[in-house]
Amino acid sequence: MAVEAATQPSKLRWGELEEDDGEDLDFLLPPKQVIGPDENGIKKVIEYKFNDENNKVKITTTTRIRKLANARLSKRAVERRSWPKFGDAVHEDVGSRLTMVSTEEILLERPRAPGTKQEEAKVAGDPLAQIGKGGAVLMVCRTCGKKGDHWTSRCPYKDLAQPSETFIDKPATETNAAAGATKGAYVPPSMRGGNTERTGTDMRRRNEENSVRVTNLSEDTREPDLLELFRPFGAVSRVYVAIDQKTGTSRGFGFVNFVNREDAERAINKLNGYGYDNLILRVEWAAPRSN
Amino acid sequence: MRPILMKGHERPLTFLKYNRDGDLLFSCAKDHNPTVWFADNGERLGTYRGHNGAVWSCDISRDSTRLITGSADQTAKLWDVKTGTPLYTFNFDSPARSVDFAVGDRLAVITTDPFMGLPSAIHIKRIARDPEDQTGESVLILKGPQGRINRAVWGPLNRTIISAGEDSVIRIWDSETGKLLKESDKEDGHKKPITSLSKSTDGSHFLTGSLDKSAKLWDIRTLKLIKTYVTERPVNAVAMSPLLDHVVLGGGQDASAVTTTDHRAGKFEAKFYDKILTEEIGGVKGHFGPINALAFNPDGKSFSSGGEDGYVRLHHFDPDYFNIKI
Repeated sequence: MAVEAATQPSKLRWGELEEDDGEDLDFLLPPKQVIGPDENGIKKVIEYKFNDENNKVKITTTTRIRKLANARLSKRAVERRSWPKFGDAVHEDVGSRLTMVSTEEILLERPRAPGTKQEEAKVAGDPLAQIGKGGAVLMVCRTCGKKGDHWTSRCPYKDLAQPSETFIDKPATETNAAAGATKGAYVPPSMRGGNTERTGTDMRRRNEENSVRVTNLSEDTREPDLLELFRPFGAVSRVYVAIDQKTGTSRGFGFVNFVNREDAERAINKLNGYGYDNLILRVEWAAPRSN
Repeated sequence: MRPILMKGHERPLTFLKYNRDGDLLFSCAKDHNPTVWFADNGERLGTYRGHNGAVWSCDISRDSTRLITGSADQTAKLWDVKTGTPLYTFNFDSPARSVDFAVGDRLAVITTDPFMGLPSAIHIKRIARDPEDQTGESVLILKGPQGRINRAVWGPLNRTIISAGEDSVIRIWDSETGKLLKESDKEDGHKKPITSLSKSTDGSHFLTGSLDKSAKLWDIRTLKLIKTYVTERPVNAVAMSPLLDHVVLGGGQDASAVTTTDHRAGKFEAKFYDKILTEEIGGVKGHFGPINALAFNPDGKSFSSGGEDGYVRLHHFDPDYFNIKI
């Protein structure tokens, strides 16, 4: 956009041009002129206005009109574009906001990292699959991380560990459903009476442990970028970048959840201190770990 | 990708369909007003007012001028797409479930539910070019399958009709004589009610989704089982990409059980599978109820899903979707 002022160009600000000063002297101005668009799609609009100091100002707006390369609509479809609204859509008020663009970035979540072979994935997916089946018991202590030795509640290192986030889910797996009920924790009706139809929930909870915090991200890093950065290390179950609600820019940190702990470990080792977008990344476990 | 959320319906979605040019998206829901949206930005163009019950499915003529809808108010209606005026009403003695225009738009197949002792039926109606000449007579009525017929579509050259429903058997009928030509056999076929059926763009094969937590790909002429896609939740909706060898399955736990579990337990994602390798490619999350309807834009660059939550989510794919490798 080019702005020229006929007089006193130094005092002129573009923001002031838009304002009306209330006085009706517009009839004194020359009419609005539209030139183009020419063969390059350049269109010029010349308008005249009075600014705050009652000086005549000439505004030249130059825009380029582009045709979208992939917009190949049939003639009928273009015609339909201008159809009048009908039915309930006629009385639609502006505030109704029936159509919204999601504020959340939705990714096509891959079950495993691309490029890894299927056999590899099978090995990785095995413990998870076992939990999913519900029949096979996989004993993993959430306090010390030991596998197959004891349950979380019987952990010998329990007192050493700092209080973790409140895990009052899965009352059934500890000993049995009855024990869970006597503890006073709420058990959904579907889970009562030893109903062991396990669903994805506990699986997810466990996965959240493999959460990696990434800080010192550049402002324009988005979730897909982060995913791209971390995907080579293994299957990623969640990527999140903190966005400032007001400005819409990144707040400079994010979280990446891995399906497997080992992958997360490798990612931390590799990417902590890695230069990304002219900043040095800091990658660490999301929550301070007890061991 | 950032999906576009369309909240025009007050009740669960039942069906979604694009017109042939892919610029309009038609949605049916259990509220009584089928709605048409612009498929690029999700703006609402209009609603079709006149039904007095849940609308179960719809179809659009090839030139995007006529819409047919089947509703639980025991009628199927023909509409003018542009103005939303009802042109003709087919009256039945039981709720209409599935509607489908034949190639050429001169015939339509409408299925009706079993109701008050009446068995389910498949009706073939002639569609007049001028709505003034439209009559309600059936050319042919097919009966036989037990339980609801959830979907009936036209086979190649309008010679056959393929039906699938609650008895979990897929049937191919002769559209001229009404004779039953083929039935899917017990071993290959679905074990539980079939909820959805979708033809490929070229009409050479079709995909069925069932509550037995699987979807199956069939040859449309021989009814030979080609592929099976196994998932971990009941399948309510299926769609096939017209551009890539991908199929999408939507579903989730039964709507009545949703409140008893964590929302993540419901598995409400739309799952993408490789059509040939039958391997999962990925999932698209977003709905907070089971997915009831799925449709691919005819250009294959966007798809939309409709859920029990009353939302239509319109997804335009990111560029990297088009070179996903397994």
